[in-house]
Amino acid sequence: MAFLSYLINGISLGAVYAIIALGYTMVYGIAKMLNFAHGDVIMIGSYVVFCVVSMLNLPVWLGILISVLVCTILGVTIEAIAYRPLRQATSSLTVLITAIGVSYFLQNVALLIFGANTKAFSSVVPLDAVKIGDSLTVTGESIVTIIACIIIMIVLTLFVNKTKAGRAMLAVSEDKGAAQLMGINVNKTISLTFAIGSALAAIAGVLLCSAYPSLTPYTGSMPGIKAFVAAVFGGIGSIPGAFIGGIILGIIENLSKAYISSQLSDAIVFCVLIIVLVVKPTGLLGKKLQEKV
Amino acid sequence: MALINTLLEVNHLSISFGGLRAVDDLNLSIKKGELYGLIGPNGAGKTTAFNLLTGVYKPNEGIIRLDGKNITGLKTIEINKAGIARTFQNIRLFKDLTVLDNVKVGLHNLYSYSTLSAVLRLPSYRKVEKQMDKRAMELLEVFGLAESAHLKASQLPYGKQRKLEIARALATEPKLLLLDEPAAGMNPQETQELMSTITFIRDKFNLTILLIEHDMKLVAGICERLTVLNFGRVLAEGSTSEVLKNPEVITAYLGE
Amino acid sequence: MKELFKKNKDTLITLGIVTGAYIVIEILLKAGALSSLFKGLLVPLCAYIILAVSLNLTVGILGELSLGHAGFMCIGAFTSAFFSKITVGVINPGWLRFVFAILIGFFFAGLFGFLIGMPVLRLKGDYLAIVTLAFGEIIKNIINVLYIGRDSKGLHFSIKDSVSLGLEEDGQMLINGAQGITGTPKDSTFTAGFILIMITLVIILNFIKSREGRAVMAIRDNVIAAESVGINVTKYKLLAFSLSAALAGVAGVLYSHNLNSLMATTKNFGYNMSIMILVFVVLGGIGSIRGSVISAIILTLLPELLRGLSTYRMLIYAIVLIAMMLFNWAPSARAFRERMVAKLPFFKKKSAEKEV
Repeated sequence: MAFLSYLINGISLGAVYAIIALGYTMVYGIAKMLNFAHGDVIMIGSYVVFCVVSMLNLPVWLGILISVLVCTILGVTIEAIAYRPLRQATSSLTVLITAIGVSYFLQNVALLIFGANTKAFSSVVPLDAVKIGDSLTVTGESIVTIIACIIIMIVLTLFVNKTKAGRAMLAVSEDKGAAQLMGINVNKTISLTFAIGSALAAIAGVLLCSAYPSLTPYTGSMPGIKAFVAAVFGGIGSIPGAFIGGIILGIIENLSKAYISSQLSDAIVFCVLIIVLVVKPTGLLGKKLQEKV
Repeated sequence: MALINTLLEVNHLSISFGGLRAVDDLNLSIKKGELYGLIGPNGAGKTTAFNLLTGVYKPNEGIIRLDGKNITGLKTIEINKAGIARTFQNIRLFKDLTVLDNVKVGLHNLYSYSTLSAVLRLPSYRKVEKQMDKRAMELLEVFGLAESAHLKASQLPYGKQRKLEIARALATEPKLLLLDEPAAGMNPQETQELMSTITFIRDKFNLTILLIEHDMKLVAGICERLTVLNFGRVLAEGSTSEVLKNPEVITAYLGE
Repeated sequence: MKELFKKNKDTLITLGIVTGAYIVIEILLKAGALSSLFKGLLVPLCAYIILAVSLNLTVGILGELSLGHAGFMCIGAFTSAFFSKITVGVINPGWLRFVFAILIGFFFAGLFGFLIGMPVLRLKGDYLAIVTLAFGEIIKNIINVLYIGRDSKGLHFSIKDSVSLGLEEDGQMLINGAQGITGTPKDSTFTAGFILIMITLVIILNFIKSREGRAVMAIRDNVIAAESVGINVTKYKLLAFSLSAALAGVAGVLYSHNLNSLMATTKNFGYNMSIMILVFVVLGGIGSIRGSVISAIILTLLPELLRGLSTYRMLIYAIVLIAMMLFNWAPSARAFRERMVAKLPFFKKKSAEKEV
């Protein structure tokens, strides 16, 4: 029974990773860049919810809504100011470093406003824990997280494959130049991608902080890195890949915490990543690319 | 079977990509010192044939022999060491290295000193580097690139970049040189110069040359024998004048 | 002689800048004009310069993105500190022990560079970046759960806790998990740091101008063409990557022998450090060794100079970083700069020159 509960917690953690990883993977697919600041958008989103709900005592749904809005605007703004001017730059490293700069920036803004002290984040999930049998308890947070992740996955897949804007995203990620010739507004499409990714980051932030209720300016970094690992693990650029990668990562992390060593769980997660990439260099569901000679 | 004066012997060479037979049952026999042309319409499998000969792709079937030695399935660098060097259709220079250094990379396997002597700048380093410089400059002179030696390769005009690729390939001292559309993008005058350079290097360096080309004037002007590919298969082969008169070849080129 | 100077002009200028900076700081030190804070920064600064220069070998010369450079530094730091701790009083004099420590840090970091490089160097770009990042985190993680003690029966290892080592009464803890290594002899000095920088620069600059360095750059520029002229891609990728790792290990030795207690935290050996070094390299100019040196100095001192601004300093640092990236690399900003430079004939020649 203990195993089952570790497993469910792992899936729940993995669901959060998956939601964050979706943001990474979509942005990577379309802008071919590692958005290092993505994890910090999560942190900002969590602080917004914290302000609205815990400090202003407004209802939770409003907090989440505002947080999603703020993060969406933030994501689009970051893209427009910091990343867009560098899109034609010769080296992809430059935009990576800029993203790192943005990450520092967001962390330090949060540090200035909220200080370095840990804020106690009160869970926004009203659901009580569910008891199954004698020893298995599933927290409300786990249930909500897993359901939220599944819904997001389905909606996003439908959006990308069925709507005009979604198909424009696919076209831009395939070939920017050709998409432009087909009359697709590339800038707008990339903005939209950042908007969706950042909105998802806000939701992930709320879920993450509800399950692990402590908030600092650095809250977003490690989950951000892990989610990025999940995205690479599943095959970066692939939406189902991000989902599968996130879930597997969460399970591995939680099971190794339970059965091997809580201090070594990160090392184990990263080891699995290296092994997967060595065996399958573009991740589980990644496309194989070969250079034309 | 292989005659003593045959340099490259290719038998039944085939490769397919996802059901498409890009090269299908290719047979070639090129004599030492020959200037041989591989021609055919776009998509006929010419560059794929080069990639098979140089180990970029592994053939599904067939045997490649260089100077009697079976080189089928070897890695690119082993094939280069065995004596095949090439140029590329889409120029592949080391663009941030100087023109001189591009050629010196080609000399890599012919000269040697230890890492330690390089780091400590021992006399062996100085001596060997001097020899490499001298050799590289000689090659550059052949192609009229000597005065551009210290420019970055990417700063060269297009025609000179093609020449530098040939110089770099020659630096590895190959027996067989493969040229992939050497005249692409050149004007008639440059092409004319290139033709005389190609025949000149063949004689000077004792080379055998196999080239892919679309410029029929160049092909007719310098190639002694031809093989024509169409849809991956050999359409015709023989002496240049014969092949170019072949009605099937003319139809393949002028369309259905 | 004159020709010798001309051929190695860039190398000599770079070495000259470092020597000049060293002399100026030494004079200031003797005059007592430096704050203790600044003095404390000198050895880490030397380590950062070595890290930046060695990472540039991977990023600029080999053209591969590594986010795990701090991991190699960590290996160099811990292997050498461990060595120094068990040989204090055994190997005399101190400087000889330190030389051995440096060689050990160099060797083990290089060895790990080789071992990790072998399977992963065939990965491309961002995949390699994430794998190296993962590697750095693994190293940090493992060191944090590593316990090594010594008693009359010899060495004891554990990855659980210090108790499970089962040391005798008079046993000595060498590596104490998250507490790391305490009591490493303080062998690192500013002068030692200066010498190590000079050695690193000579190694890397001479390597770049060698037959093997050219092979590495050829691979960076075009793998397929490099193979076509007989360059063994795997071999030279591994060589450059291992050398870069080994030199990061040397930086680790310098860093660890400057601290009384050496711990592997997110800050000093985590991906944050790797990223900071990468920032030095990119801002200094990818592939420009001299640029790495200068940007490591400026960017290490900048937050300290901004210390007066207290809480705002890191924010300003972030803004400066973003602004510099945009100003340096955005095509529109470059075009603007070129127009401005064109108006000033004095600068024209300068911007056309290329340094290594």
